[in-house]
Amino acid sequence: MEQAIEILFTASFWVAAIRIASPLIFATMGELICERAGVLNLGIEGIMTVGAFAGWFTVYSGGDLWTGVLIAALAGAMFGLLHATLTVPLGLSQHVVGIGITLLATSLTYFTYRLALPQVTTPPKIEPFQPLPIPGLSKIPILGEALFSQTPLTYLAFATVAIVAWVLYRTPIGLAVRAAGENPSAVEAQGISVTGIRMGAVMVGSALMAVGGAFLTMSAFNSFFFEMINGRGWICIALVVFGSWRPGKALLGAILFAAFDAYQVRLQQISGGVVPYQVFLMMPYALSILALILVARRATYPKALMIPYQKGER
Amino acid sequence: MAEKLDLHLNKSCKRGRRALPQQPHPAASPPPSPQGGGEAAAPVLRLSGITKRFGPLVANNGISFDLKRGEVIALLGENGAGKTTLMNILFGHYVADEGTVEVFGKQLPAGDPRAALDAGVGMVHQHFTLAENMTVLENIALGTQSAWKLRLDRAAARKRISKLAGDFGLAVNPDATVSTLSVGERQRVEILKALYRDARILILDEPTAVLTPAEADALFRTLKLLVAQGLSIIFISHKLHEVMAVSDRVLVLRSGKLAGEQVTAETSRAELASLMVGQEVASPKVAEPKIGAVALELKSVSAAGQGSSHRLDGLSLELRAGEITGLAGVSGNGQATLAALIAGVLKPASGEVVVQGASMRDWSPRAALGGGVARIPEDRHAVGTIGDMSVTENVIAERYATARFSRRGFLDWKAAKNFAEEIIRDYDVKCPSPDARIRLLSGGNMQKLILGRALDPDPAVILANQPTRGLDVGAVAFVHRRLLEARERGAAILLISEDLEEVLALSDRILVMSKGRLSSPSRRGERTIRELGELMAGHGEGMAA
Ligand SMILES: Nc1ncnc2c1ncn2[C@@H]1O[C@H](COP(=O)(O)OP(=O)(O)O)[C@@H](O)[C@H]1O
Ligand SMILES: [Mg+2]
Repeated sequence: MEQAIEILFTASFWVAAIRIASPLIFATMGELICERAGVLNLGIEGIMTVGAFAGWFTVYSGGDLWTGVLIAALAGAMFGLLHATLTVPLGLSQHVVGIGITLLATSLTYFTYRLALPQVTTPPKIEPFQPLPIPGLSKIPILGEALFSQTPLTYLAFATVAIVAWVLYRTPIGLAVRAAGENPSAVEAQGISVTGIRMGAVMVGSALMAVGGAFLTMSAFNSFFFEMINGRGWICIALVVFGSWRPGKALLGAILFAAFDAYQVRLQQISGGVVPYQVFLMMPYALSILALILVARRATYPKALMIPYQKGER
Repeated sequence: MAEKLDLHLNKSCKRGRRALPQQPHPAASPPPSPQGGGEAAAPVLRLSGITKRFGPLVANNGISFDLKRGEVIALLGENGAGKTTLMNILFGHYVADEGTVEVFGKQLPAGDPRAALDAGVGMVHQHFTLAENMTVLENIALGTQSAWKLRLDRAAARKRISKLAGDFGLAVNPDATVSTLSVGERQRVEILKALYRDARILILDEPTAVLTPAEADALFRTLKLLVAQGLSIIFISHKLHEVMAVSDRVLVLRSGKLAGEQVTAETSRAELASLMVGQEVASPKVAEPKIGAVALELKSVSAAGQGSSHRLDGLSLELRAGEITGLAGVSGNGQATLAALIAGVLKPASGEVVVQGASMRDWSPRAALGGGVARIPEDRHAVGTIGDMSVTENVIAERYATARFSRRGFLDWKAAKNFAEEIIRDYDVKCPSPDARIRLLSGGNMQKLILGRALDPDPAVILANQPTRGLDVGAVAFVHRRLLEARERGAAILLISEDLEEVLALSDRILVMSKGRLSSPSRRGERTIRELGELMAGHGEGMAA
């Protein structure tokens, strides 16, 4: 029991939690942007897979790490464009399109992997992003170590939250995005194209999801293997709800979930095999459901979420 | 108050329009037309031959007119006449099938709201176009600053908003979230949105439909100030007295066509009314009631309040065949609770519901329908219809499971469609087809469908809750006529209405509801409006204990 509590006061636990949170933060911000503009993007799981592969493969083929991140983002944006074309001007069901994109993107990625590397049995490794401790700050016990001895991509994840919050709440374009998700006719009545705003938001959001995927192959691990996204995309959908569609709260949610995840791994080690390990695996998800029940009932969602907007209709 | 307004007026006149700088726009400096001698001046707006079709329905049919500087045109027409459609074309929400729009002599590209805004057209939509999760300031500033700016300039926006608000009597807190605002405040925000963009032509689509009389007066004062600044206004309404009060000229639209054009000073309400509906509107002739047996009885029922409506405590009520019982009262005094109870939506906590002599133990919507209770719900959008379902689906919604519309558990679409077509024909419903989604219908046509659905089975009891709210004269007369016909056929009708004139015109017996209690009944003509008003306020004798 004591051991279980001691875990919470070790730096390594928090370092792991922040690392696990990083891809979730990127992808959650991506999903949040899409939903704020009124589009539910269920393509997230597939788009993260694409990002994971594209980033890793760029580096494997000789590109540098940041080029990899950029390529991943572009690949994500392309799938975002496909999603947006189907759901925004064509107004198709966002559920069906989203799931379709996830299936398409995932299978296409595996297919490309097999084409590019037909012979390999063990996935090839790359030299991933290395931790970059921030002088001074990373010396602060626990908190400083957790936050400031991470890889550059993790710092970028946190910066992304600040940027998304700023853009949504402080800039003219953010205003249009929020209005598009709340009442698209308000956007059109002010002379702005709802289609343009929504498509832009889905593309940018999808790019962020792909960077989240790339984090896994380029920072957390150093190679690409099948099934590596492993439901993280779906978790991000829930995190957006948990965060009431607000970047700051969604960030907290991501860290909380990651902390549960890091914690269950450590609990497994000290439990000595008495409890089946599956129970621990389940724990973060069970707790997430609980948190959602407590928090999400009060959430105020964007009113036009999932409602296609067609000009000239009523 | 008047003095203060004049003061504002003088100030802003002296500074002129240029005192409100923002993006300069080319058409903004109109030729200095001498006041009164405006006949020769070029029109600020010209619509030529606008035609718009929705499938087989022609919503606008070859409409042309001019609007002059500083002029207020009223666009008058029944529900579904095509007023909103015409304005949506002008503003670029819809693309016309034929015809052109010219603003300050330049033709507007079709289907481009941005171009209309830039040319100086501002529109206050019938259904507000505000994002409720954002503040007033954000809603107004939306789309007015370069999209790629890294920071929204709130200070400048705030300054300009408070200046405009002060000049034109449009007080509103720029930092309030829109969801917290009253309807009147939201409308002020909509007007500010247009003024903020230097609108020279302001379109208001049924602006007073949602306002209290005091708010409407404030709106009219604002409009006067705007006209003094040289703005031109198109004011859409189906209320004749408003049209007479605010406009210089009236255009009457009927079934998508321009049915007439009148200079306001030279016309009368009666003339406009007959232009609008295409015939003389006479108040309904009411024959002596042939009162029969009790069709529905509530025996000291109690029920918890519905929403913001008052609870009922031991209320008793009898509705007799062949009689219209009018229920007057300020809303929130229990009418909604009573209506829910009679419709079977609400079960009484205690007391008894007796339908045609049978005590109903299991009171439910199904039991009510089965017992011959038809209803015209208060809110036709939320309760009366399912917006995204077709006209056909909506008209059978209450009776799809009956032998008429289903065969061995399968729907009989042919019978359903025939029924829908029958109602469309008999009740003169304007709609593209029985397959159209019902939300595409205007309010009056929706109400006619609901009426047709309710009256078709020749119900024993009719619960008519605010049956004519928001309808135009023609539709109101239609609904009244149909209700009186049903009474002739021997239906027991409960008419719940906030419109005292309506209650007085139709009811054989009047009850007033106040704080969940009913007054003693009075026969037609027994109590004056004044006496009823006192009862509505909860005073006066005759409030049953
Ligand atoms: N987007 C649309 N699709 C189909 N029918 C429409 C649409 N907009 C309006 N209509 C139809 O056009 C007619 C005119 O409607 P509208 O202009 O809203 O009338 P008004 O504003 O005068 O009450 C109505 O019969 C309505 O059902
Ligand atoms: Mg209208």
